[in-house]
Amino acid sequence: MTQSHLELTGVDIEFPTPKGPFQALDNINLKVDEGEFISLIGHSGCGKSTVLNILAGLHQATRGGVLLDGREVDQPGPERAVVFQNHSLLPWLTVYQNVELAVKKVFKGRMSRAEMRDWIHHNLALVQMDHALHKRPDEISGGMKQRVGIARALAMQPKVLLMDEPFGALDALTRAHLQDSLMEIQADLGNTVIMITHDVDEAVLLSDRIVMMTNGPAATVGEILTIDLPRPRNRLALADDPTYNHYRHEVLTFLYEKQKKVEEIGSSSPAAAKGTTKDKAKERVA
Amino acid sequence: MNTNLSLKTPRAIAPFVNLARGESPRAQLDVLFRTVGLPVIGLMVFLMLWSGVAGKIDTSLGQFPGPAQVWNQAEALYVEHVAEREKAEAFYERQDDRIAERLANDPGYEPRIHDYTGKATFFDQVITSLITVLSGFLIASIIAIPLGIITGLSRNLYAAFNPLVQIFKPVSPLAWLPLVTIVVSAVYVTDDPMFDKSFLTSMITVVLCSLWPTMINTTVGVNTVSRDLLNVSQVLRLGWLTHVVKIVLPSSIPMIFTGLRLSLGIAWMVLIAAEMLAQSPGLGKFVWDEFQNGSSDSLARIMVAVLVIGLIGFLLDRGMLALQRAMSWDKTAIMR
Ligand SMILES: Nc1ncnc2c1ncn2[C@@H]1O[C@H](COP(=O)(O)OP(=O)(O)OP(=O)(O)O)[C@@H](O)[C@H]1O
Ligand SMILES: [Mg+2]
Repeated sequence: MTQSHLELTGVDIEFPTPKGPFQALDNINLKVDEGEFISLIGHSGCGKSTVLNILAGLHQATRGGVLLDGREVDQPGPERAVVFQNHSLLPWLTVYQNVELAVKKVFKGRMSRAEMRDWIHHNLALVQMDHALHKRPDEISGGMKQRVGIARALAMQPKVLLMDEPFGALDALTRAHLQDSLMEIQADLGNTVIMITHDVDEAVLLSDRIVMMTNGPAATVGEILTIDLPRPRNRLALADDPTYNHYRHEVLTFLYEKQKKVEEIGSSSPAAAKGTTKDKAKERVA
Repeated sequence: MNTNLSLKTPRAIAPFVNLARGESPRAQLDVLFRTVGLPVIGLMVFLMLWSGVAGKIDTSLGQFPGPAQVWNQAEALYVEHVAEREKAEAFYERQDDRIAERLANDPGYEPRIHDYTGKATFFDQVITSLITVLSGFLIASIIAIPLGIITGLSRNLYAAFNPLVQIFKPVSPLAWLPLVTIVVSAVYVTDDPMFDKSFLTSMITVVLCSLWPTMINTTVGVNTVSRDLLNVSQVLRLGWLTHVVKIVLPSSIPMIFTGLRLSLGIAWMVLIAAEMLAQSPGLGKFVWDEFQNGSSDSLARIMVAVLVIGLIGFLLDRGMLALQRAMSWDKTAIMR
């Protein structure tokens, strides 16, 4: 029997609440190959973060489970690095020290001091943050913090990189920039990436497959869309690409017709999502 | 106002500096009035009320002392202190001379050096009290912070310890004191004691009363470490010690210091009371002696002690604040 790299099988989760158990996820099944880039998309509150936390080992599935290279995931660990939505850097450590904390933990005994230092520099250079090594998180911008969070995760050399809306809090220009960086890095390193996003363009541009989740409670995988676009992908070229726009349309249809939310949240309305590709393209040129 | 500047120069001086730089005189004068003028006015009003009320209180030891009498006694206490020091020096000089003389006559003589046993002056008592309070506070902190961290990290230990803490926290030092005195006398028996028993008694009483605020606040601080940072720690699988040192301690520093400042304040109050009751050397004993003495100067001398106790309490708190500033990573946080 061939085994997939990462496998979720029949994952359910119930949260105990004062009003009895609340079932957030129902029978999630997903197989991920090594080096694949997967996006999780779905309406707010459907349970995307919960899926990611189960993969990270921060939550335990009530039923079903997760296998990574044939081993059960039952606790957090650095081979499944997480980039948190709100960067989660330690505010009392500098950029360098934040990455160092992870590197020291993961490579203790395997790298010399000098090698560690080079490795930290290398990873911060990957995200173009090697100019602010000795600044503390409150001295750098939101985009920079997110870069450092990514560098910290990459520096752990994880088998799987888990990202919870890594660019959600950033302005469009910074976001586009980081998306391009992420595509380059992933092309180089070939990490398996699972990323939560709210942004349809982001999902289509970056992913090999998009996992679309139904609305909660008891959310599950609704559809899986394979994005068959050649890499490297260029956002400018893709803006007018009919295949690309077809994929976008598929995702939008799923979100706003099949899984239409009754109490719609205005911020991520389809109109706003539609306008972004061209705007971003312009911003990149500028 | 230039906030940058006021961060570096002390608040009271900043307006002068800014005035000298010619920055909008009107605003600077306002600041000057608030930081220097108003406190001075407050002090004046207090002194006036004090001397007014003091004149109306007649006691068995004469009129209640006003600011002027108190000031005179403060000077008198200083003069006494200087005189006592001179006496002590003279005593040691004489002793040295005598020993040198005997040694010259009889080279085999082993000199015995006697300590000067004069009366402890007000300043000696202040020093004694300071040493006692700081050692008690230090020991209490060394016990309370680790204990607070451990109970903050483990729900089970919290459940085990919390009832005890809640019961011992409100106990008055005066209730502990007899127990401590008797236990110290029974347990601390050596021929060559390193510490006075009275010192130990006062100090242990201070420890028993100043443990709790630090411990409780540390526990709360540890409990409120952000979920995100705990997740980071879990994903990295940090060891227990690294977790505590890199994540738990820095995030709970503000709460720990809140506890430490409360503890130090309590320690200082408790110490004075304990010294009074136990007759151990220190400011409390000074106050008690003057009370027993009952001379016409006594009330003014006690008043000097009261003011000095207050001033030292204030300075101790400022010291802790300075320490907190030095140790906290967030230099922009507002602390008062
Ligand atoms: N610890 C918990 N206890 C109880 N309920 C929870 C807990 N964590 C999440 N939930 C519930 O599970 C559901 C899914 O939450 P989750 O955070 O995974 O949503 P999400 O898809 O990440 O939303 P968003 O896009 O807004 O981040 C929500 O209804 C939430 O209220
Ligand atoms: Mg979420």
